[in-house]
Amino acid sequence: MNWIYESWPWYIAGPFIALTLFLLLMVGKNFGMSSNLRTLCTLCGAGNTSEFFKFDWKAQRWNLVVALGVLIGGFIGAHFLSTDTAVAISSKTIENLNNLGFKSAGAGYLPEELFGSESFQNPKILLMLVVGGVLVGFGARYAGGCTSGHAISGLSDLQLPSLLAVIGFFIGGLTMVHLLFPLIF
Amino acid sequence: MRTLSYLSIGIFFGITLFKSEAASWFRVYEMFRFESFHMYGIIGTAFCLGIFTTQAIKRFKINSFYGEKIEFKPKEKSVKRYLYGGILFGLGWALAGACPGPMFALLGAGFYSIAIVIAAALLGTFLYGVLKEKLPHS
Repeated sequence: MNWIYESWPWYIAGPFIALTLFLLLMVGKNFGMSSNLRTLCTLCGAGNTSEFFKFDWKAQRWNLVVALGVLIGGFIGAHFLSTDTAVAISSKTIENLNNLGFKSAGAGYLPEELFGSESFQNPKILLMLVVGGVLVGFGARYAGGCTSGHAISGLSDLQLPSLLAVIGFFIGGLTMVHLLFPLIF
Repeated sequence: MRTLSYLSIGIFFGITLFKSEAASWFRVYEMFRFESFHMYGIIGTAFCLGIFTTQAIKRFKINSFYGEKIEFKPKEKSVKRYLYGGILFGLGWALAGACPGPMFALLGAGFYSIAIVIAAALLGTFLYGVLKEKLPHS
């Protein structure tokens, strides 16, 4: 059972995520994490500003419970199922990140340069995290779903709109990493 | 009882996201540089097995554990919203290194700075709700 404490390979994680989709369908629900962001906005009173947030949030309560589970799962994974959380990315990626100034590449789970405690004091880093988050939230709702809703469940249902969204994810991601990162760092 | 099943599925998914490193900024960056098969393997196998189960549920009209019909809502046909929304999402995914599922897993794992990203994602969702009518959707 030692494999549990190591990083899980793709051929374990992929089937587990497919199982997540299957179980959610079998309890009569669907797989879509970003919908929770909308529900949370509604809970914060966003319905007073926009019609988009006026919906029966109680019908989405089950999904908030799933999200709470994901949070607990992250806690369990990090604290009880891991001995070393450093991510063994490829040596080419490490070299590239080192050149951009990311010294923590290959040594941690998240880059210390972006998510470390000092990041709160660096306006540039703070701005990056905020812009990244806003784009994720805005883009997910505009596209009607995120990685779970489009790339996993939508594509599995052979939905053409999901294919368009996933193509969009990659156009955006590739642009950020290859064109914008060299300008930002 | 049902609530407990949603919670268990979430926990299982959260552990998987953390342990597979799909919640790691580094893995997302590596993926967009095509320097590892890892993320493609995860999404690819999830997708292939997902097609298999989804199509089996549809073809054999399998009912849920509670005996109800399993509904699939077809997404509305349009090009712009998926492409434009997808591109914006992709830019953010690569920058923040986390999509909505992993954000929750990372918060649970104790990376508290991800709370900034989550708060910003809520703000982004709110901005979409406010600007929705002005955006091209067709």
